[in-house]
Amino acid sequence: MGVGIEVESLNAWFGATQALQDIGMRIAPNHATAIIGPSGCGKSTFVRCLNRMHETLPETRVTGKVRIGEMEVYGDGTPAVLVRRQVGMVFQKPNPFPAMSIYDNVAAGLKLNGFRDRRKLDEIVERSLRMAALWDEVKDALKKKSGASLSGGQQQRLCIARALAVEPNVLLMDEPASALDPISTGKIEDLIFQLKENYTIVIVTHNMQQAARVAEFTGFFLLGRLIEFAKTEKIFTNPSDKRTEDYITGRFG
Amino acid sequence: MRTGSRLPDETFRYAMIACGLSVAVVLGLILYELVVNSSLSLHQFGWRFFISQTWDPVKDQFGALPFIYGTIVSSIVALVLAVPLGVGVALFITEMCPQRLRGILSFSTELLAAIPSVIYGLWAIFVLVPILRLYIEPGLMRYFGWTGLFEGPPYGIGMLAAGIVLAIMVVPIISSLTREVLSAVPRNQREAALALGSTRWEMIRIGVLRNARAGILGAVILGLGRALGETMAVTMVIGNRPEIAKSLLAPGYTMASVIANEFTEATGRLYLSALVEIGLALFLVTIVVNALARLLVWSVTRGLPARVHAQ
Amino acid sequence: MRNKAGARSEQISWSRRFGDHLFTALAVAALLLVLLPLAAIFADLLERGIGSINWAFLTRTPAPVGVPGGGMANAILGSGVILGIATAIGVPLGIGSGVFLSEYGRNRFGDVIRFTADVLNGVPSIVIGIVAYSLVVLRQRHFSALAGGVALGIMMIPTITRATEEMLLLVPVSVREAALGLGISRWRTTVSVTLRTSAAGIITGIMLAFARVAGETAPLLFTAFGSQFWSTNINQPIAALPLQIFVYAISPYDEWHRQAWAGALVLIALIVGTIAVVRLIASRGMMKGTT
Repeated sequence: MGVGIEVESLNAWFGATQALQDIGMRIAPNHATAIIGPSGCGKSTFVRCLNRMHETLPETRVTGKVRIGEMEVYGDGTPAVLVRRQVGMVFQKPNPFPAMSIYDNVAAGLKLNGFRDRRKLDEIVERSLRMAALWDEVKDALKKKSGASLSGGQQQRLCIARALAVEPNVLLMDEPASALDPISTGKIEDLIFQLKENYTIVIVTHNMQQAARVAEFTGFFLLGRLIEFAKTEKIFTNPSDKRTEDYITGRFG
Repeated sequence: MRTGSRLPDETFRYAMIACGLSVAVVLGLILYELVVNSSLSLHQFGWRFFISQTWDPVKDQFGALPFIYGTIVSSIVALVLAVPLGVGVALFITEMCPQRLRGILSFSTELLAAIPSVIYGLWAIFVLVPILRLYIEPGLMRYFGWTGLFEGPPYGIGMLAAGIVLAIMVVPIISSLTREVLSAVPRNQREAALALGSTRWEMIRIGVLRNARAGILGAVILGLGRALGETMAVTMVIGNRPEIAKSLLAPGYTMASVIANEFTEATGRLYLSALVEIGLALFLVTIVVNALARLLVWSVTRGLPARVHAQ
Repeated sequence: MRNKAGARSEQISWSRRFGDHLFTALAVAALLLVLLPLAAIFADLLERGIGSINWAFLTRTPAPVGVPGGGMANAILGSGVILGIATAIGVPLGIGSGVFLSEYGRNRFGDVIRFTADVLNGVPSIVIGIVAYSLVVLRQRHFSALAGGVALGIMMIPTITRATEEMLLLVPVSVREAALGLGISRWRTTVSVTLRTSAAGIITGIMLAFARVAGETAPLLFTAFGSQFWSTNINQPIAALPLQIFVYAISPYDEWHRQAWAGALVLIALIVGTIAVVRLIASRGMMKGTT
């Protein structure tokens, strides 16, 4: 089952530029939470701080606290590798490993952890692909086709399957549908709907309708600050902050 | 006015095309001259030239096998040493080293590529060879003598010395091209691997190396091309003896070295022709090797502007 | 659905951590092993070469065996003559074919020439030497500076070609269009706008090509041949610094060995100096580009 995420006074920098300022947020387990805001507002940086991906870029810095379930993400004894192992991530542009078969793409994370049981591996690969609603489309060419031979929408679902295979507690999605056509986008949204029963999902999107469709909670970011965080309904019907209202009514961004 | 100004435009265009063609003409000319000047030997010996071990200018008997053997073995030794070093350095510079060090390290490898062959040779004769003779070769004989690869008196000069010098010369080629290939691997592949919970090594293995395999192979093959044709440094330390020996400590001879040493002394027409034929073989092999390498590198970096590599 | 949440390992396994450390250690070791000979070569060149560089070395011709003193002045001059000829051949053809590739070569034919240039770049220098021998020496019936210059000139072409092309491609289309829009003819645009804009980059490429052939020895063995005397006659055999280093290095005389080291130090100073100037131009060019 998914676990909750607690964020306390989180700050992040690119070089001298501060990208996030004093973010605090409690993300509920087994729900989808959307992060919205104009481009450059820090929403991607925010999710990348949750699994310590931000620090993989050169000259970046993070301070503050993030707790995922029982795990102190920025705790002294917590290796980043372990954090990422327990947090699945799906990126804006589908990024399957082109030199691997579909099967190997899904199994990649498990193999890293020394998972060798063939039968079990087959099972998990099938289950992950089913969860990602891709199984029927690829089951005949699992080991023959490369991950790169699929269409864009299929590739993104493959990346979701790859993230699910390691059984994460949390699934982070950084604008997962922004590079896809409307039909593939619809499939991804359906998928998020099903997945949130078992996972805590944080999804970054610049598409407000998408946030309204898939997420129970929504956070609005502006210029590196969290302006408002509430139930999605409230954000879209009765925001408390003027700036949120301006954004969702399309007055800027 | 408009029609009048076309003449200089066209003239300029044809002049530039002529310059471009000159590149192809030069390559064609090289092939032509090599074939014409080796025809005597080509007719006299045919394919036997490449499988015969006899190199006897006095009796006008010429076989290139010892040189082919020496060229291949010294190049293999060089690659065995240079590939892990070159790829390791490239990985260190692109994936691990702090931004500040990057510039100075790539400049250093660039410098290594700028040192002329003859200076490598000079250094090898007076510094490397004594070290090999006194310390390294006796050690290799003691511990690895049973392989048969390290037997006979440790002269210092020989196949091993040539291979080591070649390795030092080939490392910058392999590492600079590998760096180019590695940086052509998109960042999202690294992120995909990291997000799955990879350690740095695992990220490099599945997110980088796996995608760059073909290009790195290309870099290695380009290094091979350089090693096959390298002349001066090898000539100065390989011992120049046209014999096939299993031991790497024994002196050998390469195709390029025999041309360098004997071309000005070649008195008979057949002798000279045989040397040119060795040059022809070297030319054809390096062309195939280079073409193959370019194609492999392009397969990874295609879309990026091709760069001038072999500095 | 996720029944074995408790079975998840909360540690990174020993073997994974070991693999990571081992890789890091190996990469650092590779770097050190590569930097070691670099440092050693420069240290040895300085240590052994500097003592033998003196006024005589830079102004005299070689002394006969056993006679102390003498120098490599004629070899330095000879290298200058040969490189001058090479530059006269390599630079115009190289720039021309670079212009061809960038301005008229965005097609199949251009691809073939581009590929040919890359292949020519990989032809062993000793083979180029044979060709210069048969093209020039066989016709002139004797070794000559000209033959050496031809060999090195051929070697400069592909490097300059690709450098020129690369630099010209960096010139934005808008710059060309601006000139064409003013009614300047195409060839004038290419020569006085495109080429001029990228002049710093092209000079950089030329100097790198120069540095690369300046140390070439193999193609000079049977073209320039070497000489013990002063000469600037391009139709006569001529001394060259790398050739002289080679001859002295493989000789049995200590005095000549010392001179070989001194010559090597002069040669490497020339090459590293060229590269340093190139770096300077390149960094200044870059600053210009960003403002």
